Amino acid sequence: MSLEAIWKLIVQMLLDSRVTLGLFALTALFALPLGLLVACGRMSRLKLIQWPVRAYLLVMRGTPLILQLIFFYFMPSYIFGQSLPRFWAAVLAFTLNYAAYFAEIYRGGIEAVAVGQREAAAVLGFSRSQTFGRIVLPQVVKHILPPMGNEFMVLVKDTALAQTIGVMEIFRLANTTVSANASLVPIFIAGVFYLVMNAIVSKGFSIAEKRLDYYK
Amino acid sequence: MDERKKLLIMEDIHKSFGRTEVLKGIRLEVSQGEVVAVIGPSGSGKSTLLRCATLLERIDAGRIQYGELTMAAGAPAQYADKPTLQKFRTQFGLVFQNFNLFPHFSVLRNLTEAPIRVLGKSRREAEETAGRLLEKVGLADRAGAYPHQLSGGQQQRVAIARALALNPGLLFFDEPTSALDPELTGEILKVIRSLAAEHMTMVIVTHEMAFARDVADRVVFMDGGVIVEEGAPEEIIGRPKNQRTKAFLERFSQGG
Repeated sequence: MSLEAIWKLIVQMLLDSRVTLGLFALTALFALPLGLLVACGRMSRLKLIQWPVRAYLLVMRGTPLILQLIFFYFMPSYIFGQSLPRFWAAVLAFTLNYAAYFAEIYRGGIEAVAVGQREAAAVLGFSRSQTFGRIVLPQVVKHILPPMGNEFMVLVKDTALAQTIGVMEIFRLANTTVSANASLVPIFIAGVFYLVMNAIVSKGFSIAEKRLDYYK
Repeated sequence: MDERKKLLIMEDIHKSFGRTEVLKGIRLEVSQGEVVAVIGPSGSGKSTLLRCATLLERIDAGRIQYGELTMAAGAPAQYADKPTLQKFRTQFGLVFQNFNLFPHFSVLRNLTEAPIRVLGKSRREAEETAGRLLEKVGLADRAGAYPHQLSGGQQQRVAIARALALNPGLLFFDEPTSALDPELTGEILKVIRSLAAEHMTMVIVTHEMAFARDVADRVVFMDGGVIVEEGAPEEIIGRPKNQRTKAFLERFSQGG
């Protein structure tokens, strides 16, 4: 590959990384609150809520993400005769998939907060929502930062799977350039892009962890 | 003693966990300004009794009354509605064996959060009260510290101040020194003593016999889910009549 071709590829990749970053950011934006809701459903004492949530968790965590992408892209066209735009089908699949993993992380974090914390809050007269919002959740955030950091890094890399349904993200661009130039250089350049993004994610999480270091 | 206003009346309290009956018809009355020490072997139901009185557990049957107001009554026990129960919660405080301070709040905020959020006090008023209480427990200089920076004894003193911040009429202690090294128990007992001197009404579950004898107006000995014997400390700890009480105190003085 000529230096010029490489340069052109890098510029194009910078442009297409908007798609990758958009997929990443929207998934995080939707899956973080949805995951908390799912975690609450999973911990519900009502079987009518708990069992469907368990089934959802099993399916989303038990089948390949690539299959879920295909499902959410093609399924609407069978049922409604029309597909979602590729990018939004990918956002939907990623959100539902990641919400399942986030939910289990939240659940672990919530259950790790000592029972005594809730009891102390109850005796002091805090309502259930005050107890959750002011006493439990802040402590959950601290517990779950390390596993969440992991998930976020996996998510950055998983965005490459969106190419399966034709989303023009950076790995797809790298792949097409590989075939056009008969050179593997493009996928290594893509690798550097993922590495840089994850270096930033990783740094962000370690800053957040330090910020919460003031208590144990 | 009978002249004084009854603050808490618990009658014929029954409580089971699964098939195990933990409280088998307990009767406990606490008058204004009285200090009651509850002693007994582990598993005797004394902590459960405290947890029932503070709404952390619900009784199966019996009657719990604070002042004129009934919290729960009947068999099976019917509880008051939610808003009423919420009002009861501000009438008593509970100090836990494991302190249970909120680790993400400073000492000051541990004391001010409930008065502000639950009683609707202003921040200024809550902080003034908190400052006064921290002074009382000898920790005025640690208001900005976080719980993990304090010793166990200091944490427990903060926990006592936190309970007092809601200005409860009645304060319960669930083995307040059991999680502490022996050299740290003294500072807690000193605080409780000073509260007794101010005629704070208290119910203290404890294993500190010398302390119970010293500070309590009345000692209640529980075993197997019933109150076996109760009376003045010098009677119960000094000259127990009941065989079970005697056996317990003997084991205790042998350090067992």
